[in-house]
Amino acid sequence: MLSAMILLLLIAGALAWYQGNRNPNLSRWIAVGALGLLLLFMLPLLPQALSSSLQAPLLTPLQPDVKMSLASSWLAFEHYNWIPRFGISLLLALDGLSLLLVILTLVLGLVAVAASWNEITEQVGFFYFNLLWSLAGVLGVFMALDLFLFFFFWEVMLIPMYFLIGIWGYENRHYAAIKFFIFTQASSLLMLLSILALAYLHEQQHGVYSFSYFDLLGSGDQASYGFWIMLGFFIAFVVKLPAFPVHTWLPDAHTQAPTGGSIILAGVLLKTGAYGLIRFLIPLFPDSLEYFGPYAMTIGVIGILYAAILAFAQTDLKRLIAYTSISHMGFVLLGVYAWNSLSLQGAAMQMLTHGLSAAALFMIAGSIQHRIHTRNLDEMGGFWVSVPKIGCITLFFAMASLGMPGLGNFVGEFLILIGTFQVNVPMTLIATLGLVAAAIYSLSIIQKAFHGPLVLVEGLIDFDRREMVTMGVMIVGLVWMGLFPQPLLNTLSPVFDQLQAWVSFANTGSELQAAIPHSLQPELQTGLQAELTQASPQTTTGIGRLP
Amino acid sequence: MSSSAFFSLLPLILISVALLALMMIIAFKRNAGLSFQVSQLGLAITFVSLFIIANNLPQQATPLLLIDSYSVFFMGLILLTAMLLLPLCHDYWSSHDQLIDEFYLLYLIAILGALVLVSSSHFASFFLGLELLTLPLIVMVGYPFSNAYTASLESAIKYLILSAAASATLLFGMALIYSQLGSLSFMPLSEAFSNTPGAQPVLIKAGAMLVIIGVAFKLSLVPFHLWAPDVYQGAPLPATAFLATISKGAVFALLLRYYLAGEIFLTDSLVWSIAVIAVASMLAGNLLALFQESLKRLLAYSSIAHFGYLLVALLAISQSMGSAIAIEAVSYYLVAYLLSTLAAFAVLMRLPRLQDGTDTPLTTDLKGLFWSHPVLAVIMSAAMLSLAGIPLTVGFVGKFYIFAAAVRESLWGVLMIAVLGTAIGLFYYLRVILMMTLRESAIGSESATGDKPQRTQTGKFALLAVAFLILLLGVYPAPLIDLIRDMSLSIF
Repeated sequence: MLSAMILLLLIAGALAWYQGNRNPNLSRWIAVGALGLLLLFMLPLLPQALSSSLQAPLLTPLQPDVKMSLASSWLAFEHYNWIPRFGISLLLALDGLSLLLVILTLVLGLVAVAASWNEITEQVGFFYFNLLWSLAGVLGVFMALDLFLFFFFWEVMLIPMYFLIGIWGYENRHYAAIKFFIFTQASSLLMLLSILALAYLHEQQHGVYSFSYFDLLGSGDQASYGFWIMLGFFIAFVVKLPAFPVHTWLPDAHTQAPTGGSIILAGVLLKTGAYGLIRFLIPLFPDSLEYFGPYAMTIGVIGILYAAILAFAQTDLKRLIAYTSISHMGFVLLGVYAWNSLSLQGAAMQMLTHGLSAAALFMIAGSIQHRIHTRNLDEMGGFWVSVPKIGCITLFFAMASLGMPGLGNFVGEFLILIGTFQVNVPMTLIATLGLVAAAIYSLSIIQKAFHGPLVLVEGLIDFDRREMVTMGVMIVGLVWMGLFPQPLLNTLSPVFDQLQAWVSFANTGSELQAAIPHSLQPELQTGLQAELTQASPQTTTGIGRLP
Repeated sequence: MSSSAFFSLLPLILISVALLALMMIIAFKRNAGLSFQVSQLGLAITFVSLFIIANNLPQQATPLLLIDSYSVFFMGLILLTAMLLLPLCHDYWSSHDQLIDEFYLLYLIAILGALVLVSSSHFASFFLGLELLTLPLIVMVGYPFSNAYTASLESAIKYLILSAAASATLLFGMALIYSQLGSLSFMPLSEAFSNTPGAQPVLIKAGAMLVIIGVAFKLSLVPFHLWAPDVYQGAPLPATAFLATISKGAVFALLLRYYLAGEIFLTDSLVWSIAVIAVASMLAGNLLALFQESLKRLLAYSSIAHFGYLLVALLAISQSMGSAIAIEAVSYYLVAYLLSTLAAFAVLMRLPRLQDGTDTPLTTDLKGLFWSHPVLAVIMSAAMLSLAGIPLTVGFVGKFYIFAAAVRESLWGVLMIAVLGTAIGLFYYLRVILMMTLRESAIGSESATGDKPQRTQTGKFALLAVAFLILLLGVYPAPLIDLIRDMSLSIF
């Protein structure tokens, strides 16, 4: 079923392209139809992920005899041979974390289609082809459990995005597109080398190549040059995230991309980096948490503050939002490397809520630019009077972005900070300053564009119904995640408990029974954990089944 | 020679028969269409004959030629490329007022040379095949087209002189080896290297090195690459395409055979010099390609870089059992390179005639191709992405293979250079694609060519077939990998 979903998007993309020249509207509806259909397939899995009958996935080597039992422990599971010479298979699986990210991808895909409805008028078919193919790549990244397949999809999502920026972008699009591609491609080549090194290690020990996640788990630590292999993964993921020293492609790419491209880029593509850290890097290299964690957290904290300060200094609206993305992604990096239940759940929440809020802000920026043909904040002012709906909605998402309690982003950042506090107090204190900076830059958007004396601009009209509906969906999502995050956290916690149990098992090298209390007890003692997550009993039984 | 050994020469005999038949036909009746059909038929029959002889391998047919699964695989690859390229050449020439029957004749002779080259196990057949490949190619490079005779003549003379220099180097190397070993077969070379470790006669080493230099000339590896951009630029597109694909592919197949049979990899000094050539080719090829405006020159430098990557796989061959994967990597990468380069040249050949009457398209000539000729633009994009090594294309699997082979031997230094080179390469491949997406168009529609003779359309199928193969082998490489693996296992 999972491969059929990806195939559906690919075919829909080809159809949209084919129809684009004759009937642009039809290709728009094809995109909506394909994404909507997939969303209908995915949503029923959500209650299934929550239901108590679901066992958390087993992180065991993929033996033929346990394959079937393994298949039943995931929400969905697929396994076909692909390139037997290298032990590469089409290994796709879905658990709570993947499911939520897939749903986010599909929702934002629909948002991107809606945002591009009137904006893209040239080569419409090819635009939706690229959009759908990029989303297909992202879905593949979130589902793949074969490292080769993961890399394959990792690249598949890049090329269409390159076209989206390069063809339909703004004035400096070629520079931005090439910079985006070279940064991500060069870093992912390093990841390819690392993947190959892991597969080779497996071949040395077992006589056959394997790229399967289950076969390679923890194998990175046994290598003599494990640190370098880990670094290959780390660079690829933090470039995509992006984190502090390698973030420079992002402001350019975001600023120049068409609105639909920015939405996918900020909402979904950045999340693949964080997903890679959680799903692949740390489980493959459990030791790295120990020896590399503090450095990674430092990078995260620097990113939070540095990007926040730069965001405040921007006059280009899209560039400003781009820097806020970097700042928010710094929190995710911090939360991932703090590696406890609270911080991981916070990081995942942050990924979901930032996906919505950043996408909404980019859509607002795009629609303002579409109306008045400038992104320069200095040329705006007093818009609240002429376009109250845009103003009101911008205020909402600015509040979400600065972490106002009651909205989803607050839950994410708060959980990350609490989780990090247990690991590293000074880092947490510095990172908290980022929240202050967030308030400053978020409010400065409102102040510069919507307050002050009215600047009369031709063509500034308020949101129409299509835009209001799109925004409404995202507002409802953020409020829901802010007020009642429990279902999402319950969906996520089995996944994280599993991963944590695996990592502490691998690190201590002792029996698992000793590992479980180590990983779960500190969180269970926390009052807030009881309030927010109520670690459900079935997760514990799930861990108990680990070898 | 036993009858079965003689029978294994069937492909070489068949292509010679086709060649002679074509010569007779041209003598009696000059007809481009007929000549094309005879040539294509000859290639097709030769290709089919490979399946007939494949059951009875390996055969040492005379001391000169070794017909084993390795040579059959590369013969098949060369013939397949030739069959895909020939219709494109036919279309190209049909739009020029030019007698082109001889072009097909030269084409078949060069193919015969390439087939001899990939099955040679002896310096004599090596040299014979190389000259049989090169001499017709010189004429093809100088083949007059449109009104711009001078450019192609200049290229031909340049190629002639440098080929002669390379052949002289090669012959000198062979002579040195013969003077020490008294044999021209590749095999005694390996005995000389493996039996007396540490104390190999310096003349043998020098001879082996000179042979490698001669081959490096043909492959335009740095620092012997200076001829490539100029010859590419001046030659008519069909000749350039032949030079870039079949000629270089056959020579590399020979280099691999020489490297394996002669066990060159046991001699550190030779391995080190190959490593230096590889690193220099990857860096210089990619860096110089950045500055090219002419697409032919860009492809010339890019091919220099690609043969640098191929040398990395060669370096991964070592005494351990790791050589199988390296042979697979070289074979797969050669397939990828041939297909991608062929696709790129095919698109250039099918472009509408340029304003200035030459056939040296600049990158700016591709402006707006996405909107005026979407199919050509998509195929060009696939070719560029494949050359850049991006997934979904065959080039990615090839690069993956080479990286896998090099990781196995822990060649981290050259791997880093390969990654760096690939990253630089992205820049110019992507620039070509971006150029095609620009909104203003540089090329008028096909009808604008007006009074020129109408070109034939036989190459359309070939073009689509190449594009299909690029994507198919990129998404589902398992069958080809199995084929290559069987081949590489059977020669040990």
